[in-house]
Amino acid sequence: MKPKLKFTDVTTQPPDTQRRKNDLSSFEYTHRAEITSVYPLTDMETIYRIQVIDPEERRRFKFVPGQFVMLEMPGIGEAPFSISSSPSIHGEVELCIRKAGNLTNFLSKVGRGSHVGIRGPFGTGFPMEEMRGQNILLIAGGLGLVPLRSPIAYVQENRSHFKEVNIIYGTKSPAHLLFQYQYDVWSKDDINLNIIVEKTDPAWKGSVGLITESLLKILTGRDSEFYHNTYAIVCGPPVMFKFVCNMLNKFHVPMQKMFVSLERRMHCGMGKCCRCNVGSTYTCLKGPVFDYWTVMNLKEAI
Amino acid sequence: MIFRIFEKKELRSLFEILAAHNKIVGPVEIGRDKDKNPVYAFAEVSDFNSIKLNYTTTKLPAKRYFLPFQEDLSTFRIEAGNWQKTIDYNAKEPLIFFGLHACDINALNKLDKVLLHSVYPTPYYAAKRKNMFIIGIDCVPQSFCFCRSMGSDTALHGFDMFITDLGAKYFVEILTDTAYNFLKNIKTEEPKEKDHVLYMKTAAERNKKFTAQVETTDLAKILDMEFQADVWKQWGDKCLACGTCSNVCPTCYCYGVEETVNIDLKGARKTKSLYSCNLIDFAEVAGGHNFRPERHTRLKYRYYHKHRGFVEAFEESLCVGCGRCGQSCLAGINVPEVIASVRGGKIK
Repeated sequence: MKPKLKFTDVTTQPPDTQRRKNDLSSFEYTHRAEITSVYPLTDMETIYRIQVIDPEERRRFKFVPGQFVMLEMPGIGEAPFSISSSPSIHGEVELCIRKAGNLTNFLSKVGRGSHVGIRGPFGTGFPMEEMRGQNILLIAGGLGLVPLRSPIAYVQENRSHFKEVNIIYGTKSPAHLLFQYQYDVWSKDDINLNIIVEKTDPAWKGSVGLITESLLKILTGRDSEFYHNTYAIVCGPPVMFKFVCNMLNKFHVPMQKMFVSLERRMHCGMGKCCRCNVGSTYTCLKGPVFDYWTVMNLKEAI
Repeated sequence: MIFRIFEKKELRSLFEILAAHNKIVGPVEIGRDKDKNPVYAFAEVSDFNSIKLNYTTTKLPAKRYFLPFQEDLSTFRIEAGNWQKTIDYNAKEPLIFFGLHACDINALNKLDKVLLHSVYPTPYYAAKRKNMFIIGIDCVPQSFCFCRSMGSDTALHGFDMFITDLGAKYFVEILTDTAYNFLKNIKTEEPKEKDHVLYMKTAAERNKKFTAQVETTDLAKILDMEFQADVWKQWGDKCLACGTCSNVCPTCYCYGVEETVNIDLKGARKTKSLYSCNLIDFAEVAGGHNFRPERHTRLKYRYYHKHRGFVEAFEESLCVGCGRCGQSCLAGINVPEVIASVRGGKIK
């Protein structure tokens, strides 16, 4: 026998989507998807509705609120985006994207009908089932409302499952408000909308100040039953987390019922590139949704 | 485990038989440093005379053969606004590694844990890793080697055969049937009791040669406790944030991905490049916020990942104690001194 090594071709290994630890083919697999609608929200942010093209893949593409996808424009780049739409619609995601870098600036120039690549969904989600029968606080600062739009849609579709639901949303100015066209519907679904802006303009009639002021108003004067039976979902700029979570903690909202969604740089979404590590925890695998107890145990998380 | 013993001259025959049919990578001398000491590197070899089996730690690990510094993850054909994606795992043929030290074999075992045996295994790594035939070889500990502290001074698995120099003969551990069959091509014998005694004596003598060490007791906990310690700032002030430590590390696997459009505008590529957590933009997000803007936070993160995070996930450190990072660091930062200082020692 000739002492020659045989080449092992891993590409011939069949896909094993049931056992992710054995499946090599999913790593670089992208769902081909089409931008079916482009809806500008502000000068900077646009909602893209993106549909997986293959009917079979579309049927299987499901996600939970809080998860993210990697969106790829061939030759331009790939980046993680929170899914901002209802989890009951399969094979389709809405991503609200701010012009910030190469990829997002390029995206702002493409029209509907363009084909993009989608990998995922990745990461952990908000435990919406667990929240059944409870009050919910959805606390968002700035672009932080984007990932919360998915649990909001879930709440709307299952409104009877939850008690009191509050959205507390703070932005820099009235011009920065996202999803304004939906506020009426949210209110009609008995979701209390508390909006506060840092800098007002002449047309603005709502509250002015920091998001913690809005939150304080809602939390003050409740009984312990309210605090213990309340779930909080928090998403916003890094500086906001600390103040909001401290306040919730002071009112004894249980740490296991406080969820934050962290933002980090990511180049893979699959626990390999290490760019998203907080301390040494992969945001893409163990997050982006963490409960507050976990966050307290992570270094440099918030 | 099966053990055999063979005359030293037989190794040349084994090499030549294997080289006739396979591509071989091994340690070669590529020059001399300023003190006239030989500089070693892993390279493709076809002549047994150019392979240096008594080599000391190579400047660069063998990483480029399984985690190349740069590789295309996919390529695209772009036509009339539409695109087609082609994926290539960039593995074409099997490779024989002739003479890897225990630390470098253990480095592969550690990489396997995250790149092969975790969720989303990496096919680019798997394709190369599954086509590696590894012949390990014993080494002489250098002044900067602290592999014994990290439990990487011997390799228990991750190789096909491992050779130990017993003076007149080679002692070989055989782990795979492929290796067993290869060895049928040369003259080997069953080791006798006196060979076992000689093996143990050789190993004991080698152990005496370790000088550098790292105290790993409770290290994961201590790194958490001392997260705000001033020593990190002091090391950060020395650090040049050049990323050399990651470049020479046999276990650093983090990377960045970039896409480019071909000059003819008809194609594009998605390229992965190994990165370093010490580089300034490692944790910078869109909009400009940087989660680790200061050098000491990045340097600390690197230690934190290697000696705490990986321990938490896999119950072992992501450092094999090869000492390459300390040897290559332009600012003289090395693992034993950093860890000692975090544990309360002084910085020299």
